[in-house]
Amino acid sequence: MTAQPLPPPDDTDQPVSLGGDTPQPGPVLPFAALDTLWLQITGTICNIACRHCFITCGPKNDSHPMMDEEHVLETLREAYDRGVREYYFTGGEPFMHPKILPIIEATLAQGPLTILTNGILITDTLAARLAEIAQASEYSLDVRVSIDGTTPEENDPIRGKNTFHRILAGAQALHRGGINPVFTVTTVHARLAESEGRAEFLALLRELGFTRPRLKMIPPFKLGREVRRGGGYDAAEYLVEGDLMDGEEHVLQCGSCRMVTAKGVYPCPILIEEEGARMGDTLADALKPIRLDQRACYTCHVEGFTCST
Amino acid sequence: MTAPPSSTDASPETIAVFGGVYNNYLSLQAVIDDARAQGAQRIYCLGDIGGFGPHPDRSVPILQREGVLTMQGNYDHSIGNELEDCACGYTDPRDNHFAQISYDYTLGHTSDAHKAWLRDLPTEFRLEFGGHRLLMAHGSPRRVNEFLWASTTPRPFIRRLLDEHEADLLLVTHTGIHWSRFLEEEPTRGVVNVGAIGRPANDGRTEVWYALLTAPERPGLPIDVTFRPIAYDHARLAADMRAEALPEEFVETILTGWWTTCLEILPIKERSRSRY
Repeated sequence: MTAQPLPPPDDTDQPVSLGGDTPQPGPVLPFAALDTLWLQITGTICNIACRHCFITCGPKNDSHPMMDEEHVLETLREAYDRGVREYYFTGGEPFMHPKILPIIEATLAQGPLTILTNGILITDTLAARLAEIAQASEYSLDVRVSIDGTTPEENDPIRGKNTFHRILAGAQALHRGGINPVFTVTTVHARLAESEGRAEFLALLRELGFTRPRLKMIPPFKLGREVRRGGGYDAAEYLVEGDLMDGEEHVLQCGSCRMVTAKGVYPCPILIEEEGARMGDTLADALKPIRLDQRACYTCHVEGFTCST
Repeated sequence: MTAPPSSTDASPETIAVFGGVYNNYLSLQAVIDDARAQGAQRIYCLGDIGGFGPHPDRSVPILQREGVLTMQGNYDHSIGNELEDCACGYTDPRDNHFAQISYDYTLGHTSDAHKAWLRDLPTEFRLEFGGHRLLMAHGSPRRVNEFLWASTTPRPFIRRLLDEHEADLLLVTHTGIHWSRFLEEEPTRGVVNVGAIGRPANDGRTEVWYALLTAPERPGLPIDVTFRPIAYDHARLAADMRAEALPEEFVETILTGWWTTCLEILPIKERSRSRY
């Protein structure tokens, strides 16, 4: 690994505004440490165009382009030197990246990895290769598969025609290969957020052969394409100084994570399309406290939400 | 709060370190007996005296009588301060359901004197051992309920923890599964998770595990770390648990060595080795 000295983090403790439009200053979230590094591996390029996508990903959206392999490897080297604990890949659809397998192997050589996918591109061959890579590493590989309902009637209007069956086929390929995925469900259908909805989902997954079903519920963020589907944030939905609870920097992932895309460094995966949330070109620019003045920060706070698995 | 160990030997050559008693007073005595037989000059407990097992008031007197240098875990902090839950850090509803059963039972069966003792325990130990700086914490030196699992605690992160906390070897518990990892470029530095002695290590064996550390013959050489499996009268513990009407799921773990609860917190690699 590189022996080059790392650029020091910004030595001022001045919190960085995320450029939101809240009418009062947001609360300041201290930056504890860079434990979690997100990579927007395929930018905003995706094989589907979900109606609730908070960063409006799709086949034609290259607002954030794919990260090239060298940029990813260089970021991994810096992360190694900074002692990062865990990695997350998202997009877009990470499995559209032409070098995804060597990138996964390189990452798992230095820490645990979670990949967020819609599952559609996962075949039995790919699943077997992923399982082989996972087995060879001393660290965990998790795959999170997004699905938005227990039926095509619930899921397909959100994620696209015929996606329900294609997503499940990819997830089942993973399971056959030896990787038990985490299903992530955006609670656009309110009943799925309730305990009965959760139980129904678990029952469906067991019926499909997932003997240890894993489920993570995600609240919708009222950004990007979701604004047209479900509406944007209400005027009163923002945070002000004094809103954060003691220790919330350990709950909110942005207290210990940063997101790297082909265009720069951002506080978290949610805000990469928000003007003003870009913190700089390098990780060193971004290891500092932030002022939670984006509307979406309200969702994480009130839902107690973390992007981690 | 850091307190210097109440020394019985100025420079020990062998120490025993365990965590997660979980009310298992039978394995506790068995581990202490084994540690003494192995020549341990000091015995350290990294916390979580309560939870899971029967008769909470039986473990504290053993720790006190045997002079075990005991640290406060999240469980001890919660019981000592009569909080509402164990603050174990679980995120799954089923994990939390069973954790609450244990917690309510332990809180209801711990005497005021023992609560006061648990409340005032130190939260960290530091020790020079064979020329190395040892740091002992419950979960991690950063947070009492941080989980350091083998498959999610990579070497670069270990190096950062050691540097930030000025240590060569970090000893922790909290996860219930023992493991160790050392830095490739500095093989004397690393992390030892000593596991738990209150329940098996989810490995299909009924023994429990602790760590025995032996100082190197000269500075610069690594500390020898041996994990020792300890058999005890687990059938008697299971009978006690049934008599106390503790969940049959807990009893099954004691009798089979496989966890039946607290499974969702396991990283995927550790979970894939589980029966459940």
